[in-house]
Amino acid sequence: MSTEVAEEKVVEKKSEDLFSKRRKKLISDPLNEDNPITIQVLGICSALAITIKMEPTIIMSLAVIFTLVFSNLLISLLRNYIPNRIRIIVQLAVVALFVTLVSEFLKAFNYPMYKVLGAFVGLIITNCIVMGRLEAFAMGNKPYDSVLDGLGSGLGYSWIILAVAFFREFLGSGSILNFKVFEALSIPYVNNGLMVDSIGAFMILAIIIWIQRSKTGYVEH
Amino acid sequence: MRQSNSYIIIFTLITTVFVGGTLAVTSILLGPRQAMSIEYDTKSQILGAVMNITEKDDVLGIYDKRIKSLVVNYKGEEVKTDSKGQPLIAEKVDVAKNYKLKPEERLFPVFKYTNEQDSTQVDAYILPVYGNGLWDRIWGFMALDNKLETVQGVSFGHKAETPGLGARISDDPVISERYVGKKIYNDKGELVSVDMVKGEKGAPLDEHHVDGMSGATMTGNGVNKMLKEYLACYESYFEKVKSQNVAGL
Repeated sequence: MSTEVAEEKVVEKKSEDLFSKRRKKLISDPLNEDNPITIQVLGICSALAITIKMEPTIIMSLAVIFTLVFSNLLISLLRNYIPNRIRIIVQLAVVALFVTLVSEFLKAFNYPMYKVLGAFVGLIITNCIVMGRLEAFAMGNKPYDSVLDGLGSGLGYSWIILAVAFFREFLGSGSILNFKVFEALSIPYVNNGLMVDSIGAFMILAIIIWIQRSKTGYVEH
Repeated sequence: MRQSNSYIIIFTLITTVFVGGTLAVTSILLGPRQAMSIEYDTKSQILGAVMNITEKDDVLGIYDKRIKSLVVNYKGEEVKTDSKGQPLIAEKVDVAKNYKLKPEERLFPVFKYTNEQDSTQVDAYILPVYGNGLWDRIWGFMALDNKLETVQGVSFGHKAETPGLGARISDDPVISERYVGKKIYNDKGELVSVDMVKGEKGAPLDEHHVDGMSGATMTGNGVNKMLKEYLACYESYFEKVKSQNVAGL
């Protein structure tokens, strides 16, 4: 009897706000204090590979956000049905599903960009951020919260790679979104080859991490 | 229950069918649209060798009107069917796949850019080329005039050349403009191709050389090798066309 009473109480409890403080934190935390790239140091490979120019980076960001949100949603919906022993492979199948969908749509509607990004869209499957969120969050939380979590992590990933891409394109190719800034201002500028190389991405990423950690006071334990 | 083997097997089956089914349906639905995108991309690259394509151009329309294509082999003979007896379509010939074969076994598409008024007159011959740059593969199309001697235009593409350096072969219109008007045969009638020199000095060069790309000599070497190799592959075809032209006169 007593258990039934307890359950009724839960039902009676007022449902949580659509954007309660806790839920807002799900989105805002990954942007800064718990950023997937700079704090958790996940998804570095793609952050280095596709940040030479901003245009492909934007497409990549959208692809990752889409994959994260929908994989999180689907896994969260299935979380009570997925057998524990094969959960990783199920997560992988779900991620692969959404990534392949993105890749197919890109091929159909933006073929030039498909050629530029090539294998990297497919490699979102192995992006540790996606698998990490599924395993750490979606497996144990409700669908709506999981969507917010996916959105937060996706945006956290995106703003970092966009920042890296901005500096790499600006200093490495002298342009912003393919607009030749220095030529337009007729300032003589010799493109910095280092920025075009992966080393440039490491350097900019390190500087971003440095600034961020000196502000948040985060230290690795 | 959730840990029993039969549950796991059934769960896996359902997941597989769902994922596989979704992907299969998407692939079928998007197939025609993808084929169109690829066709548009190939055709704008081919036309890119003879004209500057802007987004407003009706690429497919111009292509249908102006381009006549055929496939030749190393000996310069026209090939009409593939090894399985299916009719060959020049636009569908995968230059990248053929590049892996020995030159003698490759198929070579030729795209004839016909005259706007008289479609039996050829204004230019557009030929695909393929090779290796510094980091990865490079490719392109070279347009030759109807005497098959002078370069009318080139368009290059690349997979991973360094942005701002080697990548200029596709980004920087200046590079392809330099090839226009250059000759691929020397005075003795030997096929010498057009070479990109080392360094970017802007000094006037003879009709077989174009100015280099500063900081991208390796990509330049790749381009030179690619052009030389493919022009040599097409040489028998050139001879054939020329002898026919003479006979026709």
